[in-house]
Amino acid sequence: MARMKFLCDADRCIECNACVTACKNEHDVPWGINRRRVVTINDGKPGEKSISMACMHCTDAPCQAVCPVNCFFTTADGVVLHSKDLCIGCGYCFYACPFGAPQYPRVGNFGSRGKMDKCTYCAGGPEADGSKEEYAKYGANRLAEGKLPLCAEMCSTKSLLAGDGEIIAQIYKERVMKRGYGSGAWGWKTAYHETIAS
Amino acid sequence: MMIFSTKFHVIVGALTLLVMALGAQPVSAQQPTSVNPQASAVKEEQLFQELNRISGRCTIPDQKACTIEQPAGRDWRHFHQVTLRWIGGVVIIGILAVLIVFYLRRGMVKIESGRSGRTIVRFNGFERFVHWMTATCFVILALSGLNITFGKPLLLPLIGPESFTAWSQWAKYAHNYLSFPFTLGVILIFLMWIAGNIPNKVDIDWFKRGGGMVGHDHPPAFRFNAGQKAIYWIVVLGGGAVAVSGYVLMFPFYETDIHSMQIAEVVHAIVAVLFVAAMLGHIYIGTIGMEGAFEAMGSGTVDVNWAREHHSLWVEEEMARTGRTGPNKTQRQPTATPAE
Repeated sequence: MARMKFLCDADRCIECNACVTACKNEHDVPWGINRRRVVTINDGKPGEKSISMACMHCTDAPCQAVCPVNCFFTTADGVVLHSKDLCIGCGYCFYACPFGAPQYPRVGNFGSRGKMDKCTYCAGGPEADGSKEEYAKYGANRLAEGKLPLCAEMCSTKSLLAGDGEIIAQIYKERVMKRGYGSGAWGWKTAYHETIAS
Repeated sequence: MMIFSTKFHVIVGALTLLVMALGAQPVSAQQPTSVNPQASAVKEEQLFQELNRISGRCTIPDQKACTIEQPAGRDWRHFHQVTLRWIGGVVIIGILAVLIVFYLRRGMVKIESGRSGRTIVRFNGFERFVHWMTATCFVILALSGLNITFGKPLLLPLIGPESFTAWSQWAKYAHNYLSFPFTLGVILIFLMWIAGNIPNKVDIDWFKRGGGMVGHDHPPAFRFNAGQKAIYWIVVLGGGAVAVSGYVLMFPFYETDIHSMQIAEVVHAIVAVLFVAAMLGHIYIGTIGMEGAFEAMGSGTVDVNWAREHHSLWVEEEMARTGRTGPNKTQRQPTATPAE
């Protein structure tokens, strides 16, 4: 079984935000919720770097550990999904998440923040694959159709890679060897407890 | 010979050109492959050494999204999943064990001189209303709060995920909304009982003699003895701390960043479990731990003999006061000295 991961090759990201737009459009993500975003470090200065970040689908996911109602589950592909029927909107997953992935439809309203929403790796939720209910709650289920997440598929510079962890790590390694440099796989140590030698 | 010589020169010339061309290549190349154009770029490892989280600029209104990584979430997770469960478990089960052992050894502390049949007003209607409003809120807040930490391992396997989510959702609403009357109660308790709860010399003696529960005599006390003063300050300071940290959690990210939210949860949780433990002790003394104690908050009146044993100095004050204004439910005592 594949172990699905994201890898953002920060030396290729040009901050075009196509991944963000693709994600929003594919899943009809409401206003105010950002399953994926691009962050630029040292913006406008020498050594500037842009990284596209979403849920990394961590190994031993912190959100899953701290959830008081156990609404998270990890699929056989290593994708971390959750049930909006079980979520009580407490916000604890956001405090635990190293990548700021969980999003809530409301900010306050006496702590009732609504059902949490996050990147599903284009793999839907616990409902039947491709069902209307699944689409309404979690968006499209591309993985069930044999397709990879749209953000990575759309990436114009192929900076954002999605797929089996071993394969995308190999692609990244080859790139680093060929061009002679690489700033590393951002977030991999935090998410997967491993780094790619560069 | 000439032909050979000419050929030789051509070959030598060609070789020389080739060597020159090869030798000149590094000079003519604009971008040698050995240079790393990203050499000055920021590195993840380096940023982690300098900061505990990595933030940048993002183009969406939600500024929280501009934090790309905060590994501190893992520390918070460890607190919430391991440390807090240990603290809460040890403190709450510990206090219950202590109370059970204490009850088995000491039993209910009786009124030594028996009931006199005469009563004295201890808490008026307003005081009792404030007490019970705060107490009712506290019990619900405590149960719904403990559910967040201990519900998943203890209750969820028993009732199943759907029922547990339904209960937790309601518990969360109750926790949020009942925080308001609870906070009001804590403020009123602070204001209406502050006069009797300033520590004084009598308290030192009271603590040295172990009070009326641990010790076996009755050290003198005013309206509130040192133990009750301790409970008062636990309620005021602990209640204040859970209220402030709780409202930070209830209005997330209004004035705080993610680190402050994590700190608020840690403070809220630790103070709350200690608060619960202290209140278990309070409930014990107020019910099965001591004869005649519950009626103080029940009917509002206590037996005069109970009052004499536990609050001797207060009874003298009261007798002096009511002796002047005339007894209502209390009979005039021979020992009572008129105020003037």
